Amino acid sequence: MRWVVPDTTPYGGFLILTMEFNLFISSGVLLMYNCPKWRGAVKEEQQDLRPDMWVQDHGDLLFRYAVVRLRDRVAAEEVVQETFLAALKGREQFKGRASERTWLVGILKHKIIDYFRKRSREIPVTALPSSEDSPEDIFDNNGKWKTEPGAWGDDPANVLEKKEFWKTFKECMGGLPGRLADVFSLREFEGLGSEEIRNLMNVSTTNLNVLLYRARVRLARCLDTNWFRTGQKEGEK
Amino acid sequence: MITCEEAARLMSESLDRRLPLGQRMALRMHLLMCKLCPRFWRQLQFLRNATGRFVKEAEREVPFPSESLSMDVRERIKRAVVAGLKSSD
Repeated sequence: MRWVVPDTTPYGGFLILTMEFNLFISSGVLLMYNCPKWRGAVKEEQQDLRPDMWVQDHGDLLFRYAVVRLRDRVAAEEVVQETFLAALKGREQFKGRASERTWLVGILKHKIIDYFRKRSREIPVTALPSSEDSPEDIFDNNGKWKTEPGAWGDDPANVLEKKEFWKTFKECMGGLPGRLADVFSLREFEGLGSEEIRNLMNVSTTNLNVLLYRARVRLARCLDTNWFRTGQKEGEK
Repeated sequence: MITCEEAARLMSESLDRRLPLGQRMALRMHLLMCKLCPRFWRQLQFLRNATGRFVKEAEREVPFPSESLSMDVRERIKRAVVAGLKSSD
């Protein structure tokens, strides 16, 4: 190693030390790689699929994932079954990099989006969006608040810890008309961007904005009335 | 100055895309001057947090909001998977 570092530099010793250290580490890595025990550990991560256990191991999780988004048990059962069958067909594509569950959830996402697309085609375009009862009556003709939005306390995030709150939340979600709920679900639960949702649901930008706005106004009002105003009056809820 | 109704729409939109500068300024001005609109803005942000939390809770191992496959559907899906397995072997 002497030819690398001329003796005149004060850092020579240090550099040589570093190089030796590097050599030490890389030989260590090589050794580990060649050792059958370590290779086994690496290989184990690439797990195999076990289709016979899918329903038992992942059925409920996939079902919950789907039912929260689709708000329809039968639809959720359907997409879960489709997911397993699609996974079975596409078994070869499973690379083992992701876990079996993550892989299945990925397939499920596609199935859910397909379902939303299918469902949106079943609603005639003429039923849009004015029939989805407008919440605009919270404003007067001058665009001022008619129903004052509630203040929701100092730290509304606290209520997220309460089980009872989620019951109210679910009821409020359930009160949204189908199309509003679908759009809201794709945006907030599935986290899709506006453009994707527009293509999927075949709505214009303006319509999408209106639908999301109405969904949010309705949810906020529902929580205001059924949780924050009543809850605060009763004290503990 | 924009009205509360216009401000409310812009608030909702701002959750989905970055508003153009003019609208952003108009909304900010309105929120500074208005007593009630900041409440609605807080409500919208709360809603966003709550929805994020809701999906996470729903996917937990512990059934919440207690949803699981019913016994007969579970069996039906199992049979479908087994049938699929056999036909692909």
